[in-house]
Amino acid sequence: MAQRTTEIITGLFMIAGLAAVLVLALQVSGLSPKSAGDTYTLYANFNDVGGISPRGKVAMAGVKVGSVRSVTLDKETFQARVELAIDADVDNIPADSSAVIRTSGILGDQYIDISIGGDMESLNPGDSFYSTQSAMNLERLITNFASGK
Amino acid sequence: MMDRIAALGRLGFDIVATVGRAGYFLGGALAGVPKPAVGFPLLVRQLYSVGVLSLAIVVVSGLFIGMVLGLQGYTILSDYGSEAAVGQMIALTLVRELGPVVTALLFAGRAGSALTAEIGLMKATEQLSSMEMMGVDPLRRVIAPRLWAGFIAMPILAVIFSVVGIWGGMLVSVDWLGVFEGAFWGNMQSSVSFVDDVLNGVVKTVVFGFVCTWIAVFQGYDCVPTSAGISSATTKTVVYSSLAVLGLDFVLTAVMFGNF
Repeated sequence: MAQRTTEIITGLFMIAGLAAVLVLALQVSGLSPKSAGDTYTLYANFNDVGGISPRGKVAMAGVKVGSVRSVTLDKETFQARVELAIDADVDNIPADSSAVIRTSGILGDQYIDISIGGDMESLNPGDSFYSTQSAMNLERLITNFASGK
Repeated sequence: MMDRIAALGRLGFDIVATVGRAGYFLGGALAGVPKPAVGFPLLVRQLYSVGVLSLAIVVVSGLFIGMVLGLQGYTILSDYGSEAAVGQMIALTLVRELGPVVTALLFAGRAGSALTAEIGLMKATEQLSSMEMMGVDPLRRVIAPRLWAGFIAMPILAVIFSVVGIWGGMLVSVDWLGVFEGAFWGNMQSSVSFVDDVLNGVVKTVVFGFVCTWIAVFQGYDCVPTSAGISSATTKTVVYSSLAVLGLDFVLTAVMFGNF
């Protein structure tokens, strides 16, 4: 085969590889160029975070509005301190809203749902949620029920 | 009895000597990259025969493996009512494990054996020694382009395999079995991390490509220059490459995803 044809076909092969990496990045792992940067930070303290881990979803009315940045232990209160990165355009979360850990489906991932309050003031960057509701622990629920508490 | 112990010792020395020759050979081939003007056309021709010609088998296998994953995943997950997680399962399986490993096995069978046979025949027909006579270093002229072509082609083949597999899985689970498409992609995107999953998979393919091509080219270069020698070298290429890929896969997976 002529060298030229070989070169063109090989070039197409390399481009196909590059396109495949792009598909893996954008479509499969959901890496979008705009998502980085324009977020602000809120904190929430939970007694039990359950399965929440970094990169987890933060949703409001079921719509994704941010992600979990880190989960650490607050050594003074022995609570879990979760750092949330909220999209910058969602800047009017009422100050008395609460953060609730929910599960999507029965076996699905846990995510943090923000239940909207009625306050006219809104949370500023760096604020913490006033009230939170920890992960529902099915085992503890059953134990409590069985022991009649 | 003494003879047997002596034979065992000789075998040990033979193995160590082979490993030494393989290392020396790799050093020579990697260091002796030809000048770009001469080497580039050689590299392109090898990329064509190693990469482009392996594309068909990789794409077809990827498609079917993805479709099987879709079917199996759907059957198991629908028992728990969480068939939407099938996208996540297909993507993680392909990107982390099956993409790199199956592509490397196919690559060893399709391209590695061809490389061994080609170089072995060159040696048997004394083309390599006549090149040396003419003052052309066969490591540079013949081996280096093939080695580099293998390193470059293998990761490309593996990412194409993963993408085609995910598409095949989507075809089965979304279009035929009726999984909701938004949930399919949404679950996948929330669980697949680009750096942890996709890039670690690519690192695996680079390692596998390196090992498979090295074994293939070295077996050809080191074979006994007879027809029986070439046939046993080709067999060794496929066997050693497959074992090396599976063994290394365990080590790499333990390092990447083992959390210790």
